[in-house]
Amino acid sequence: MENKVKRNLPDDLITKMNLKPFKSVVVGNPEVKRVAPKVQVTTGESKVVDSLEEVIKKTLKDGMTISFHHHFRNGDFAFNKVMDLIIKMGYQNLTLAPSSLTGVMNDTVIEAIKKGVITNITSSGMRGSLGDFVSHGGLKNPVIFRSHGNRARSIEEGEIKIDVAFLGVPNSDPAGNANGQEGDAVFGSLGYALIDSQYADKVVLLTDNIVDYPNTPASIKQTQVDYVVKVDQIGDADKIGSGATRFTKDPKELKIAQTVNQVITNSPYYKQGFSFQTGSGGAALAVTRYLRESMLKDGITASFALGGITKPTTDLLEEGLVKKIMDVQDFDKGAAASMAKNKNQQEIDASWYADPHNKGAVVNNLDVAILSALQIDTDFNVNVMTGSDGVIRGAIGGHQDAAAAKMTIITAPLVRGRNATVVPAVETVVTPGDSIDVLVTERGIAVNPRRKDLIDAFAKVPELNVVDIKELQEMAQKQVGIPKPLAYTERTVALIQYRDGTIIDTIKQVKD
Amino acid sequence: MTYVKNRLRRTMMFVPGNNPAMVKDAGIYGADSIMLDLEDAVSLTEKDAARMLVFNAIKTVDFGGAEVVVRINGQDTPFYDEDVKAMVRAGVDVIRLPKTESAAMIKKLVADMEKAEEEYGVEKGSIGVMAAIESAKGVLNAPEIATATPLMMGLAVSGEDYTADMHTHRYPDGRELEFARNMVLQAARAADVYAFDTVFSNMNDTEGFYRETKYIYELGYDGKSLVNPRQIPMVNKVFNPTKDEIENALAVQNAIQEAKAKGSGVISMNGKMVDKPVVEKADRVIETAKASNLIDEEGNYIGE
Repeated sequence: MENKVKRNLPDDLITKMNLKPFKSVVVGNPEVKRVAPKVQVTTGESKVVDSLEEVIKKTLKDGMTISFHHHFRNGDFAFNKVMDLIIKMGYQNLTLAPSSLTGVMNDTVIEAIKKGVITNITSSGMRGSLGDFVSHGGLKNPVIFRSHGNRARSIEEGEIKIDVAFLGVPNSDPAGNANGQEGDAVFGSLGYALIDSQYADKVVLLTDNIVDYPNTPASIKQTQVDYVVKVDQIGDADKIGSGATRFTKDPKELKIAQTVNQVITNSPYYKQGFSFQTGSGGAALAVTRYLRESMLKDGITASFALGGITKPTTDLLEEGLVKKIMDVQDFDKGAAASMAKNKNQQEIDASWYADPHNKGAVVNNLDVAILSALQIDTDFNVNVMTGSDGVIRGAIGGHQDAAAAKMTIITAPLVRGRNATVVPAVETVVTPGDSIDVLVTERGIAVNPRRKDLIDAFAKVPELNVVDIKELQEMAQKQVGIPKPLAYTERTVALIQYRDGTIIDTIKQVKD
Repeated sequence: MTYVKNRLRRTMMFVPGNNPAMVKDAGIYGADSIMLDLEDAVSLTEKDAARMLVFNAIKTVDFGGAEVVVRINGQDTPFYDEDVKAMVRAGVDVIRLPKTESAAMIKKLVADMEKAEEEYGVEKGSIGVMAAIESAKGVLNAPEIATATPLMMGLAVSGEDYTADMHTHRYPDGRELEFARNMVLQAARAADVYAFDTVFSNMNDTEGFYRETKYIYELGYDGKSLVNPRQIPMVNKVFNPTKDEIENALAVQNAIQEAKAKGSGVISMNGKMVDKPVVEKADRVIETAKASNLIDEEGNYIGE
């Protein structure tokens, strides 16, 4: 069957897994029901145990769903410590449901799949060897990719039922009060893990730093935690995030960033108290710099900045140009350290951030989102998941969620190497074009035709070269030619969910 | 592409002719002229490859309306002949000859271009030339170089080679270049061709870059050679006319319109006669103001 973004979905899988095809970006006002976890009542003062193996034995059974967070990113020691034991102990048929999978986890996940330990995966994304493995048919059941907001929704509505959450933290008291802000391996916001701690039947904290009771601020609370496991080292601080954030010197990225800033400052949203979310890429960081200059010049301050946070954004907070930061994740040391110092840097969980089935998530209050793309097509559909070879190498992250902003800007170079970025049809639809408003490339900007108001606003700005997106696509094609279509088998290796749980696209096994 | 003698040339951005990514994107930064380099930026082993790349780029890449100049290898190198032929055949706008020291060198270049034009069926005189002045001899011969051919587009001072020839090197205050800068500018103005200042290569010294650009602008230079696209908006900022200059230029143009409407050959403004240089200056100011989006389509000032 074909869904609303013209993607053909495999009927047998749709029926077998009881899936719904994507219909619309409009969430509406449905009434939904949330689930609640099982609680094993305890009253003891200390939940500290030394043996991780003991805890696994007590909590885990074959066929269960386990979860992790990815706030340690490539400095994560928790995931491999737990998974190595689970593999060694011979568990089978587990569902892996982390907030995302980072490079350091790849080898372990592949081993676990090969040994039948993991038979299902849901994640925000995957890259490197694991993406390659799955795209070549290494996992029997299709992976389900969910955005951060959608993961929160799926957990709250019981579509993901976490049996045991293994959550690494840089500190915890013996009762399980913990945060991400103190210790050797700090990462700032615990945003994604907060959903797990709230909804998993069993919550196991792993930490190398047991502190006195009561530990505050308690992002994860003792009311949610079953065990606190003491480990030698929970993470490598140097690999959690980049150290000092360096601004790009790439003139093309700077040109794109400057244009994005002109788009923002000439939009109707640029006024006292506006709000924005930028990403962590080179162009996004540079946007923050140009935006700062404009805000200083125009005497404008933002009510809040949202999302994955970087130091340039926390600098704006210190300067008073941004009043609050709503922080679900910190991308660098500076941003992580800032959370402990600045009370206006508010930790938010993934549901508060972006769950579409909410009594209002922060993304619904967001004016401007700046997002990237591996590909964008002439219907403004965006792919952030598969590369030009059709192999999984990305993550939805908050892409679909932040696109709920009043003005969503995609930044992308027209071509990358010998591949067009602006294409007739993306390889994989992740974020539907209906939620994208502006595309900024180095050769010009394109505005979604449904945004007549923005087209009119930008027409008055001589510096903004507004063109039809088809023109940009043709320019790209003229540079790199028309590629041969990729060859896939019939087998579905992954499903891409939209925020509401409907299926927006599938990924097929690549043919070699 | 066709060579146009008179156009806005505030910025001439150097792009290494052996770097496909940079050549492909050269047109996105708003440089008035792009100089694809076959000479110093290209190592000996890559001369042929760079020539082929630049040849194809001229034929296929969208340079965003910029004038395309190619710096060929010098007449004392084995690459010169092939460079001239390939660039004529590609139909570049302007060929830049490095290390120009005499009118004879320019005459030889023009003769070689004519031969190539004939061979490849390119319209005669459709490609301009410019001379890079890089030595004491070149500076002293600047007047004859500037008038060597009616196809001369302009002269460019090249500070690095010149200061080496003068037994010195570049200093922040630029006093070592004073004579060369003035000599080349005088020669260019007297011959009615364009004058370009040398590159400023320390990207971290923004203040120094502005100081030097402001200085050469005040001397009367038409533009500056650049090594980094980030310098383009900085040069444009210095070259931007002020609100008063724009309003005055608009008044001059209005006076011309009025005179034309009246059928009068004499243009006067506020009771004073308007001379030709004043009219030309007004045209230059308006052209620059338009390029920098300082006036709208109706000619109203919209700068800040």
